[in-house]
Amino acid sequence: MRLLNRSAGRLSRHRRGPLAGLVVLLLGLLLTGGLYAAFSPAQADQTGSSADQVAQGRRLFLVSCSFCHGQNGEGVRSQDGDHQLGPSLIGVGAAAVDFQVGTGRMPMTQPGAQVPDKPNVFSDQEVAALAAYVATLGPGPAIPTKSDYSLEGMSETQKQDAIARGGQIFLTNCTACHNFEGSGGAMPRGGYAPKIRGVDPKHIYEALLTGPQNMPNFTNGNLTPDEKRDVIAYLGSLNEMKEYGGFGLGGLGPVSEGLAAWLVGIGLCLAFAVWIAAHTTRSTKKKVDA
Amino acid sequence: MSDSHELANLPDEAVTTDLYADPGLPEHHWRPTDVDPKLEKRAERQVALMFTLSAVCTVLMIVCYFAIGRDDAIGSFGAQNMTLGLCLAGALLFIGMGVIQWARKLMADQEIIEMRHPAASSEADREATVAALNAGIEESGIGRRPLVRNSLLGAVGLLGVPAIVMLRDLGPTPNQVVKEDPYPGAGISHTIWSDGMRVVRDVVGTPIRPSDLEVGDLVNAEPEGLFNGGPDGEPLEGVALQVGKAKGAVVVVRMQPDEIIPGPGRENWSVDGILCYSKICTHVGCPISLYERTTHHLLCPCHQSTFDLADSARVVFGPAARPLPQLPLKVDSDGYLVAQSDFNEPVGPSFWERG
Repeated sequence: MRLLNRSAGRLSRHRRGPLAGLVVLLLGLLLTGGLYAAFSPAQADQTGSSADQVAQGRRLFLVSCSFCHGQNGEGVRSQDGDHQLGPSLIGVGAAAVDFQVGTGRMPMTQPGAQVPDKPNVFSDQEVAALAAYVATLGPGPAIPTKSDYSLEGMSETQKQDAIARGGQIFLTNCTACHNFEGSGGAMPRGGYAPKIRGVDPKHIYEALLTGPQNMPNFTNGNLTPDEKRDVIAYLGSLNEMKEYGGFGLGGLGPVSEGLAAWLVGIGLCLAFAVWIAAHTTRSTKKKVDA
Repeated sequence: MSDSHELANLPDEAVTTDLYADPGLPEHHWRPTDVDPKLEKRAERQVALMFTLSAVCTVLMIVCYFAIGRDDAIGSFGAQNMTLGLCLAGALLFIGMGVIQWARKLMADQEIIEMRHPAASSEADREATVAALNAGIEESGIGRRPLVRNSLLGAVGLLGVPAIVMLRDLGPTPNQVVKEDPYPGAGISHTIWSDGMRVVRDVVGTPIRPSDLEVGDLVNAEPEGLFNGGPDGEPLEGVALQVGKAKGAVVVVRMQPDEIIPGPGRENWSVDGILCYSKICTHVGCPISLYERTTHHLLCPCHQSTFDLADSARVVFGPAARPLPQLPLKVDSDGYLVAQSDFNEPVGPSFWERG
């Protein structure tokens, strides 16, 4: 047996080529490098407020935001001190940044009665970096996660109950400005409450938390997270609801409905009146038996 | 014919015909359907087709009513409403269109003259009527017997009084409501709010701690009595609930304490910058909650009355004549926001006795 074994050992020693050790070393190095390349960026994304991310956020902030909000987010006052040109961002939290930058409202192009939403110029990663930086200025509301505003994991009756409750809360707290089906409405001095149908639920949640522009806050002490979730579920259910009354005309109530009635409805009546009273074709022939 | 008789009656007939000869009617031109039997048949078929289409729509409507479920959809529309509406519209429209086509193509369209009749009755008739009327007045002696005439006028006039009495009795007057006091906060001078009643969130009815609210928060709130004011702590019901809610609704806002300009005697009505005002507009009573956190203005959507909540809800714009009543706040032993008392003035629109 020993002889056999020895011969076997000898055989394998013969088979291993002179470069085998080098190949194994190379394979090991490749595997380590490949694994690092595969996992390290994901790790960097997951750590929300790593020092690198905050540093990147600060660089972006200095370029895009500091002109109005100050180099350290402290806000800028006018020379006479009577007017706040850009508000302080200390304590507004990551949620405010994610809402304002994520919906394109910030950076704003010009001052005015209302900052409109527009296409977002930053990538998701840059928005996250900005939010991470502003979150370091002072404690404030964090960016909500999907579990905060989705009804997943609930039974059908629980979902229906949540939507019904959200509807009541919506009609009590939101309808006054945002219209009964979230179509938005006019506010004093050139402002407006924007349309909130079809808006990303995350942005609705953030707007409730932070109260952008002239909107009052609905912080977690005011409307509990569950109540916020229900309001968002109600808004989502409006999108699925069929239009039983015909064209919704933007859900603006008497304005668009009146316009349609006057232009289309009365226009059609006029067309019929013209048809009834129009001259009919005449013939040059005489009636034979007349 | 009566026409010739009335023509003779016209006084200026002779003169006008002398000066301006009556040109008569222009020559009548026939329609193609009048002279061509083929076209006439075609128009007839068109009209009949429209009436048939109307009938088809009606039958279709009945079919749709049974065939289409309540939850079915066509695109984003509710299918049943839409098909029923379209079929009924078609049924009515085709009848109308058929009638118009019939009148325009087939009914006689030759112009004819129909003389206008004089509006007044003949002189003889008028004289006879006046004579009969005068005779009646004379015979009844209404002019000569003022006692009869005046008592008649009095009796007829008095007939209006029962209407006033019965209309007044349709519901209790505010004074009766207060006297009988069937529920808390009855009458127009008071609400359900009282000392120590908690301010709770509308809809859910949860009480509020001052630490729950941040600067800029707005809470649409109600008196807790709506949720536990009934017998055995049950929620209020019926008239009591509706009246309590209509008069007791409030808005609670939090602002920086140094932004508040307290009115005289209202220095301790707020808690850490938390203020509470009636939600019922003092103009015509719309519920208001359009709040701008930066200006502290509360705007009424009905007629644009604007109130400055930092300055005792002073009216800064619009038709409202007086500020929103403020509810004095304090914190109870459990740490929740409660009212110090009822409003110290009636909420809602002004009324006569209030001035």
